[in-house]
Amino acid sequence: MRLIVHNMLTCNIKGVVNKFPLRIEAEKVIKKEVDFNPDFLRHMLAKIEWKALVDGARSMGYTELPDQLESEESYSFLKKFHHALLELHLEEGSLVCQETGRKFPVEKGVPNMLLHEDEV
Amino acid sequence: MKLKQLEGLLGDLQQFSNPKVDLEQYPTGPHIASRMLFTAENSYGDITDKVVADFGCGCGTLSAAAALLDAACVIGFDIDPQSLETATLNAEELEVEIDFVQCDITKLELKGRVVDTVVMNPPFGTRKKGADMEFLSAAMKVASRAVYSLHKTSTREHIKRAALRDFNAKTAEVICELRYDLPKLYKFHKRKEVDIAVDLWRFEPKQK
Repeated sequence: MRLIVHNMLTCNIKGVVNKFPLRIEAEKVIKKEVDFNPDFLRHMLAKIEWKALVDGARSMGYTELPDQLESEESYSFLKKFHHALLELHLEEGSLVCQETGRKFPVEKGVPNMLLHEDEV
Repeated sequence: MKLKQLEGLLGDLQQFSNPKVDLEQYPTGPHIASRMLFTAENSYGDITDKVVADFGCGCGTLSAAAALLDAACVIGFDIDPQSLETATLNAEELEVEIDFVQCDITKLELKGRVVDTVVMNPPFGTRKKGADMEFLSAAMKVASRAVYSLHKTSTREHIKRAALRDFNAKTAEVICELRYDLPKLYKFHKRKEVDIAVDLWRFEPKQK
């Protein structure tokens, strides 16, 4: 699971208000390089929840992102954004609901968001 | 990438080893999948450099097609862990990057408008009544640009009405009519092969 996906996942347990973001507990993280596409990245800057991305990246061991979005979209900033958004993979770990503490397991890179019967 | 090349690559993918009839698991053949995604990109620019979600991805045929047409990010969603394993293997074979999420699409809530395009070959609703509409409703909530979906031609008027009236569609067009050839997959299938008329739809959501 990459952070671009984490940035859209919410806790859909019935009644939960604080559904986003899910906290990441990382057990195994791998890095895979992908092509740098600055136009796409600039387009994404407007859509991404920045704090969730920064916290998520930190949980996966990457601390280079600035706390605030930079107004000047320099090359070096976009490279860090690219790396955090698209090149970090959570292979094993959990996504934790901040309100209920419920853990959604991530195995072989796939988060399991299926709810139990009493959560629906 | 040329259409023929895309079709060829998709034809090599592994499909369901033990399809689950209750989930209406049928492979999306390379002929339909390649044409669907090729049209989405060449006629509408909805795939290359876009974030594409595949709802009910199964073994990942549509996801793979999107990745091969250079989507910026492809995410496959499915409820079945075995299918997702096969889909993961298929992505590795093709050396494309696809993220997968295991979930019930009808219960999924995705934040924001990160997803540009949803592509899907949803269940037709022959096992769980209304499944096709549930998938369409879910897709229309998520996509910011367009939804591409296959539905039985016999449901055409019903789909159009529901999309425009209930699912926030600005437009709902049948791009083309295809023949979906289903091989005898399940024991209850009497004929060796069956040809179903399906519509390839393109829906555009109203902007929020």
